[in-house]
Amino acid sequence: MSESVKNVGQPMEHDSALAHVTGQALYVDDLAEPADMLHLAFGRSTQAHAKILSMDLSKVRDFPGVTAVFCAKDITGKNDVSPMAGDDPLFAEDTVIYHGQALFVVAASSQRIARKAARLASITYQELPAILDIAAARHANSRLEDTQIMSAGNAREAILSASHIVSGCLNTGAQDHFYLEGQIAVAIPGEAQRIKVISSTQHPSEVQAGIAHVLARASNKITVEVRRMGGGFGGKETQALLIAAAAALVADKTGRAAKLRLDRDDDMAMTGKRHGFEMSYRAAVDEQGKILGIEMDLASDCGCSTDLSPAINDRAMFHADNAYFLPNITIRSERFRTNKVSATAFRGFGGPQGMMLIERVMDHIASEMKLDPLTVRQRNFYSKDNNITPYGQQVHDFEIPELVEELVKTSDYKTRRQQISKWNQGQQLKKRGISLTPVKFGISFTTTFLNQAGALLHVYRDGSVALNHGGTEMGQGLFIKVAQIVADVFGLPVTAIENSPTTTDKVPNTSATAASSGSDLNGMAAYIAANTIRDRLEELIISKHNCTKDQIVFADGHICFPGGKMTFAELAELAYLSRISLSSTGFYATPDIFYDRKTHKGKPFLYYACGAAVSEVEIDIATGESRVLRVDILHSTGKPLNPAIDLGQIEGGFIQGMGWLTSEEICFDDKGKLTTHAPSTYKIPTAADRPDYFNTALFNSKYEEPKTIGSSKAVGEPPFMLAISVHSALRAAIADARQHKDFTPLNAPATPQNILSELLAK
Amino acid sequence: MVEDNSIRFLLNGQIVCVTPDDPHMSLLQYIREQAALCGTKEGCAEGDCGACTLVVGKIIDGEIKYRALNACILLLAQIHGCEVITVEGLQGEDGALHPVQQALVEFHGSQCGFCTPGFVMSLYAHYRNQLPNDRQSLKIALAGNLCRCTGYGPIIAAGQAMYGYPKPVEPDSLKILQTITGTPQQDERLFAPTTETDLQELLQKYPDAVLWAGGTDAGLWLSKHLQDISSIILLGNIPELDFIRDDESGLHIGATIRYADVIELCADKWPAMGEVMRRIGSTQIRNSGTIGGNIANGSPIGDMAPMLITMDARLNLASAEGIREILLENYFLEYGKQDLRPGEYIHSIFIPKPARDIIFHAWKISKRFDQDISAVLGAFSYERKKGRINNLRIAYGGMAAIPRRAFLAEQALEGTCADDTSIAQACQALIRDFTPLDDMRASAKYREQVAKALLNKAFQDNPVSLATDKYQYE
Repeated sequence: MSESVKNVGQPMEHDSALAHVTGQALYVDDLAEPADMLHLAFGRSTQAHAKILSMDLSKVRDFPGVTAVFCAKDITGKNDVSPMAGDDPLFAEDTVIYHGQALFVVAASSQRIARKAARLASITYQELPAILDIAAARHANSRLEDTQIMSAGNAREAILSASHIVSGCLNTGAQDHFYLEGQIAVAIPGEAQRIKVISSTQHPSEVQAGIAHVLARASNKITVEVRRMGGGFGGKETQALLIAAAAALVADKTGRAAKLRLDRDDDMAMTGKRHGFEMSYRAAVDEQGKILGIEMDLASDCGCSTDLSPAINDRAMFHADNAYFLPNITIRSERFRTNKVSATAFRGFGGPQGMMLIERVMDHIASEMKLDPLTVRQRNFYSKDNNITPYGQQVHDFEIPELVEELVKTSDYKTRRQQISKWNQGQQLKKRGISLTPVKFGISFTTTFLNQAGALLHVYRDGSVALNHGGTEMGQGLFIKVAQIVADVFGLPVTAIENSPTTTDKVPNTSATAASSGSDLNGMAAYIAANTIRDRLEELIISKHNCTKDQIVFADGHICFPGGKMTFAELAELAYLSRISLSSTGFYATPDIFYDRKTHKGKPFLYYACGAAVSEVEIDIATGESRVLRVDILHSTGKPLNPAIDLGQIEGGFIQGMGWLTSEEICFDDKGKLTTHAPSTYKIPTAADRPDYFNTALFNSKYEEPKTIGSSKAVGEPPFMLAISVHSALRAAIADARQHKDFTPLNAPATPQNILSELLAK
Repeated sequence: MVEDNSIRFLLNGQIVCVTPDDPHMSLLQYIREQAALCGTKEGCAEGDCGACTLVVGKIIDGEIKYRALNACILLLAQIHGCEVITVEGLQGEDGALHPVQQALVEFHGSQCGFCTPGFVMSLYAHYRNQLPNDRQSLKIALAGNLCRCTGYGPIIAAGQAMYGYPKPVEPDSLKILQTITGTPQQDERLFAPTTETDLQELLQKYPDAVLWAGGTDAGLWLSKHLQDISSIILLGNIPELDFIRDDESGLHIGATIRYADVIELCADKWPAMGEVMRRIGSTQIRNSGTIGGNIANGSPIGDMAPMLITMDARLNLASAEGIREILLENYFLEYGKQDLRPGEYIHSIFIPKPARDIIFHAWKISKRFDQDISAVLGAFSYERKKGRINNLRIAYGGMAAIPRRAFLAEQALEGTCADDTSIAQACQALIRDFTPLDDMRASAKYREQVAKALLNKAFQDNPVSLATDKYQYE
């Protein structure tokens, strides 16, 4: 018997690649529209914090082409689209809490009419004091929840007795997801109060439940479907509900299909962003640059509501250690409520901010102790003996020390660092910098119950397979990965597996496709479903051919057993005729994880995903402009399910992280209005920002992660944080230009303006 | 073909004849909503993301010239007589993928796929014109297409590989395009004059009409600001405005000449200007946007004006009364106000031939290298005779409500040897010359700092800048 061709591990193209390049891939806005469909637009608040004294919508209603206008009082159920806290109204009632907040929705015969009409409302406000930054929130004691403290050992004592202390601060900015497909939903009313919603969402189950609440209806009346999103990045986890709920409300009230597609400005003003953080630290260090004790203060701007901020800020604490053993540590995390759009999930989910702080500490120690920052990092890595995180989880099978050693060689880090130092000496107007930073990212939802997934698998009589699971496809390649897994169970080519849209009436009660967990969770659920069917098929063969289970081989589209061979299609037909079920669900819950949020202790993560990057940059010291010249990445995805997809996630994540730390700046004016509300003012990286020298490799790990599907590791979020190397390299270039005096913070994003201000800082 | 006033064009090989209810309908609206070709996407409706990129062919000098354009801010009426190719139109009759599609599949160039049709079409335009596919050329070709998933690597790799596949036979559309005549003139909401005389008459009759050249700025008034414009006069069908003349006196640029049409000529004469022009907008924007339009709107942050001001460029403003020539610097009066009289329009721009040994520098400073509006644009032109600075012109964009000369700084340096003291004095003078803008692009303080830094650079022997395509690492 020849070795079968496995699908898992192959660099297969995205299952929709052909549809993407030919324009055949359908997104929500591309679906054929029912003839009488209504087009919707939100009316938005023009104040950040105000009492609504009156709202006159007559001009909106009277605008030719407008069918209906709905606001808070038209909601039968609960006026709330929050994921848990109950503080995100669909429409503002008597008070607005951020600039751009939805006040009403207009339904009209065309999108243009709806959008024009939405601007005609006359609303009178009584302005209230608006809290627009962390300082103001602290002053007003405007907090989402109590300050959270995570600690281990005794940081204060270590600091008091230390001979070397470094301290400083760092701010990191917000970031817009800028998925290319803006938020959108279509709601189609059916019989008996049923509503079907096609939503661009990472979390169909939450959209379903949310709509059920808004309409005061049971969840079984609502079906939410998503085939694909044009990008998500966390921005369509909780945020999609606002749009879908408004569409469902209109469909329910009017009995007509309703589509709400936010235009880019509305999308950017009305939906949440990455949390801006203001952080500081105080660390005790020994002669070797090892951290003996550290106090970290993390304050975040959560915006106007709770959303997922508690978990996001928790994850900032979980990653404030990054790859380093911090025996004596106290992390204080303050979560502030402000009058800005509520901050939300974004790739990394707080992790990047926490990691930025500790990487700054590493650079600071190196500067203070006159050491190579890489040496400082290496000396502080977790090791066999020093392997307990601040939250009490043991770090085992730690890949980073070896991974970094290999990257140092392949990137030629040491020679280049010397060359750069020499090159800088000969330059008056330009300086270069290089830095290597690691990433250790915890995999699992830290809210333990979310770590579950379901799949539904059908085999038809012709041997074709229909795969469905709770995970959503947003470009990350989840569907192809899970299809590869299922194909291998049946010994089929991956083309035999048909991916079907994620739908709440196929797999219920799903978690968001988030936390990098999509293929870990759904891959395992689908694997279980496929094996259930395979077991039944094997039983059938055993009963008819008197063989044992291990004598049956599923490979290359065939099933071989002693004395026989048949195609998978023949076996499916045989099973059907033998009245064997060819359909199965699969369910998976991540084992062996727990977390006590009261004490911030436990084992929240199944494992860690690791990688490292070396970046080299150059700055113009007269203008503060910068360019990334070269990037070398070594990243571990365990035994990759699909190395091509993984490389795409790694490079894409890196560039997105680079954008966060360099050119992407979110600005509000002094009235709380977002001023960077479109790509004309908000600058994500373009093709020209990607350096020509960009080497990405997958780390060949000697450790095998036993608990994951195929010993693979999650890849969605971790590579985002590899871009911290860019920021650290910019800091190195600035330090060189400043002749290494007075370590400066270099807040993110490092725009030309911020870089120049560092260069000129006294 | 019947001579009527419908908008006629070739769409993926089929002649289409449309009389839209709304004559201001965008090409994107038509393609998605009426032609039901949903491969072309809307990502931003302002020409910044490139998801709506498609390729438009137009007959120029007897052959079809293909360009990538943003459909979201292009009027349907602007493509009368053109060939439009969308992502759905690339596959061969047997369904075979076009090389750019094949390469994108093989190199994993799509993830979420939403931006992909736009990238396909930008690469297709590049392929169709058989332009060089080295990394640098590709980055320039793709700077107007945003991708949030891939980090661009696989897309660039696909571009580098695309010429390696068998070349498909492209249908020759010239003959069929030549059968389309007439103008896309609609009712009084949209005029498409074909001569300057007609234009002048229209302007007298409809003094408030909006003149529409490339539409890369005005397009947003419709697509984003949802304005109702009573009348639009398209300028793209008037051959008298569509000319470049490079003669003894200097360079004459007709009002409807697009950036893409003159970028090489300008770069050849004044490399620094070429570098800046190459960073204005994106390939799609430069294929549509005109220099005349950039000036006409009087933006304080338009990149051409400061450069042209330092070259003593002049504007020829035409009307039924004839031509009025003014210095470009006198055109900008105050924010939103230009020296343009009722019935007048920009006919052409004239850049006098500069002295042979002129030194010209211009730098564009922005948050992002490509396709970003400048925080500051500094332009400097002077001669150096026996070490002394003569005929100095300094102009900035982003430093005031209009693009303007730095007169006091010029005075501080004119006739000096540009020694440290004079430059320091000029920098001091800059503070008096300008009250810089303060907004999300940059603070007033940064603008002032950078304006000084650029002034310093301008008098160095070999000023360096990171902001150049010519940058080579190692």
